[in-house]
Amino acid sequence: MSTFESRKKQRELNEKLIKFALIAAATISILTTLGILFSILFEAIEFFKLRSFWYFITGTEWSPGVVGSKFGAVPIFAGTFVITIIALAVAIPVGLGSAIYMSEYATPTVRDYLKPILEVLAGIPTVVYGFFAAITVAPMIVNAAESIGLEATFNSALASGIVMGIMIIPVISSLSDDVIRSVPDSQRKAAFGLGMTHGETIRNIVLPSAMPGIISASLLGLSKALGETMIVVMAAGLRPNLSWNPLEDMTTVTVTIVNSLVGDFEFSSPETLSAFALGLVLFVVTLVLNMISLSLIRKFKEKYKVNTL
Amino acid sequence: MKKNDNKVKIDVKDLNLWYGDNHALHGISAELYENKITALIGPSGCGKSTFLRCINRMNDLINIVKIDGQIVIDKKNIYDKDVDEVSVRKKIGMVFQQPNPFPKSIYDNVAYAPLKHGIVKKGKDCDELVETSLIKAGLWNEVKDKLNTPGTSLSGGQQQRLCIARTIAVKPEVILMDEPTSALDPISTEKIEALMLELKNDYTIITVTHNMQQAARVADYTAFFHLGKLIEYDETETIFVNPNNKKTEDYITGRFG
Amino acid sequence: MIKRKKNKKQENNPFYDPALKARHASASRFKKFTLSSLIFSVAFLAFFLFDIIGKGMPAFQITYIKLDVTYNEKTIDDSRFAVEKKYRTIVSRAWLRDLPKLVKSKPELMNTTQSTWVLADDQVDQYLKGHHYNMKDKEIKLVDELNTQGLIESRFNSIFFTNGDSKIPEYAGLNSAMIGSVLTLLITMLVAFPIGVMTAIYLEEFADDNRFTRFIEVNINNLAAIPSILFGLLGLAIFINLFGLPRSSPVVGGLTLALMTLPIIIVSSRAALRAVPDSIRQAGYGLGLNKIQVTKDHVLPLAFPGVLTGSIIGLAQAMGETAPLIIIGMIAFIPDAPGSVMDAATVMPAQLFTWAGMPERMYIEKTAAGIMVLLTVLISLNAIAIYLRKKFEVKW
Repeated sequence: MSTFESRKKQRELNEKLIKFALIAAATISILTTLGILFSILFEAIEFFKLRSFWYFITGTEWSPGVVGSKFGAVPIFAGTFVITIIALAVAIPVGLGSAIYMSEYATPTVRDYLKPILEVLAGIPTVVYGFFAAITVAPMIVNAAESIGLEATFNSALASGIVMGIMIIPVISSLSDDVIRSVPDSQRKAAFGLGMTHGETIRNIVLPSAMPGIISASLLGLSKALGETMIVVMAAGLRPNLSWNPLEDMTTVTVTIVNSLVGDFEFSSPETLSAFALGLVLFVVTLVLNMISLSLIRKFKEKYKVNTL
Repeated sequence: MKKNDNKVKIDVKDLNLWYGDNHALHGISAELYENKITALIGPSGCGKSTFLRCINRMNDLINIVKIDGQIVIDKKNIYDKDVDEVSVRKKIGMVFQQPNPFPKSIYDNVAYAPLKHGIVKKGKDCDELVETSLIKAGLWNEVKDKLNTPGTSLSGGQQQRLCIARTIAVKPEVILMDEPTSALDPISTEKIEALMLELKNDYTIITVTHNMQQAARVADYTAFFHLGKLIEYDETETIFVNPNNKKTEDYITGRFG
Repeated sequence: MIKRKKNKKQENNPFYDPALKARHASASRFKKFTLSSLIFSVAFLAFFLFDIIGKGMPAFQITYIKLDVTYNEKTIDDSRFAVEKKYRTIVSRAWLRDLPKLVKSKPELMNTTQSTWVLADDQVDQYLKGHHYNMKDKEIKLVDELNTQGLIESRFNSIFFTNGDSKIPEYAGLNSAMIGSVLTLLITMLVAFPIGVMTAIYLEEFADDNRFTRFIEVNINNLAAIPSILFGLLGLAIFINLFGLPRSSPVVGGLTLALMTLPIIIVSSRAALRAVPDSIRQAGYGLGLNKIQVTKDHVLPLAFPGVLTGSIIGLAQAMGETAPLIIIGMIAFIPDAPGSVMDAATVMPAQLFTWAGMPERMYIEKTAAGIMVLLTVLISLNAIAIYLRKKFEVKW
């Protein structure tokens, strides 16, 4: 073989190796998803060998660590639901309102200053929010409740719900802002030309057009709220409590996962494995929400032929 | 201009406009006549669209715009402090170059503004208004069986007629048209030009057009703009056959454009 | 008189429409609502920063008491005897515990009694700062006396930065957590950066538009949205149980965080690669280079600033993550800094989590101060990223 040929062979081999390395790297993301899915699924199945799946989904008593321990997750789902609703009740109006102001009313300079400020809210680590919720917000709520004759615990769902809502504001406002700006200006011009006020134009023309994107943003916010751990671990309660009262303490799926794993039980006990069962539920629900959210955004992009989202 | 006994609908008095530091319209003065079609022509960037948008105060939406001068309609200067720009736009409708129906049904496209303005209430009155407007816009026969389908499902020409219908539904007195047919095919263009000739009986129409032949076909009066100044304004025939200004002649004959 | 005048005005104004007033009022209310939402967000941020800084600033000062300390064999053996009995409960147990070390480093102290600035007990410190405290009346009187005599001083709390965690509040510091963070994030970036950039290069430059490629893209989008706690479950089940790596170590924490950081690095690197105009690639091919050479020598260098910016932002996000690290065990009490990536360690946010749960009041200010440190680092990282992006922003 001439040196030319052997060098060519060497080059081709190098090319193949590099290509292989690149593909291998890309496959890691698939492996990760599969890894998460299978590790959770595997251990969850181990759990369901020990405890009834049906009772897990529908049972209302969660009492680990005792003889005849029961693992009915409904109070945990309910607690998650209440706190999440509170969070969205804060995040959606404030996030959407902020997005509307920034995209429709604010001058470019104001926008340039305010958008980064909202981004800062997104960059604060959740453990910091959790500290703030537990040490500052929770006592405020206890005092406020007292002053109007009600009773709130220091682990009220309201405390963690409100702070979680604030944490989610940027998720909603950022995507809504992009979506609102993508609604073509010709629509607004048409509305103004017909003699509509700015407020009417936004409410009747712009927002309905932007609705798929706004719903998508809300679903993403919902997904984030469901998966949020630190704020609730630090500020919410530990005991599953089937209640609608936001002033009471209740616990969530994520808190229960943490508690089940840092306890003293053996790894193969139902107490520890229950974490994986809950993890499976969380995985499936957030996956579905994310898929719906992404497909809504995709449809919106197609409709308005937007590339900036 | 020859003496005439046309009624003046819009009296523009020494209108100046600045985009920031850019002096875009220089001392425009003209009397635009009622129930006539007036075409605004001129090369790109001459200010004709900007001028058109002054008539319904659409330029007010742009922050850096400053306006000086008067536009008097029905004896009132629309730029007076006590005039609400929203109500100006109710009286003076606008049709845009790109058809822009709302993502609503055909019915709702036409009914939206009248309901909001309180011109009609929901129900029979509203249905009648929608039908009348679509008839006047020459679209009724094509859509009467599918009023609930989205406005965006129509063809380009139909969409533009829908936009005209919704503009008419608000019962304006003046209709401004900003190059209404430049995005349409020749057949749709023809339909809309015929429509304009019908509409002028009930409305005053001011239209910006890039297409001189269109101006010659439909307009009673034509105004030629160049670099932000109104160079010549006269009966269409005069402008095209016997213009007084050399610049006008150069533009008409295609020496620049 | 005035009423008629107004009617006259309306008569002359063909554009007067009474219904408009209500519509304008409604539009104005709407605008006010949206503005108030924005103000709420900004106000919260301001309130939050104000509160954290207010709670954290006191932690940077700590109380010392000037007392006579006896250094001899008896006191080295049992340091409780180093100070007078009445002072024993108001000085730091931990400081006393370190007495033998102090004498070892300064042997001239042996068999002397010196007037020394001794670290105070945390309750004394909190009392003097006006916070909630837990002291007997006798102790309070003593402290007040010493204070009026000028024997109490507040100094910069360097212990906060030099010490690791401690169950004794006044001795607790951020040091071992900071080192743990550094080691963990080092692993994170060493793993996530190459894999992420290579994935981005593959997707942007080499991959065809087929099902496999789209499957990868869907996966990446999903990974970005999976709750962080589930990554912890992955770390527990696979890195610890399956691979047998040591619990609570930077290597496990780093690997777990790396998987979480991959999507950010991939997405931002792809954007950076996409921003390089195709003409650059075409020029390279025109010269006879193959795809790998074009990518390596021509495209990558131009995309590098964007890649770097994205990685810094990914790093900043990883730095604040806590939930998955708790699951893999990084909240054990770790007083000493880790010596290697295999030793048990904790990270800054996890340390803050642990401190937030401690009963003593001093931990509140330490947590807040730790938050200030963490936020400062995060803001600096983001500022660097933004600066780099602006500096290398090339307008094609």
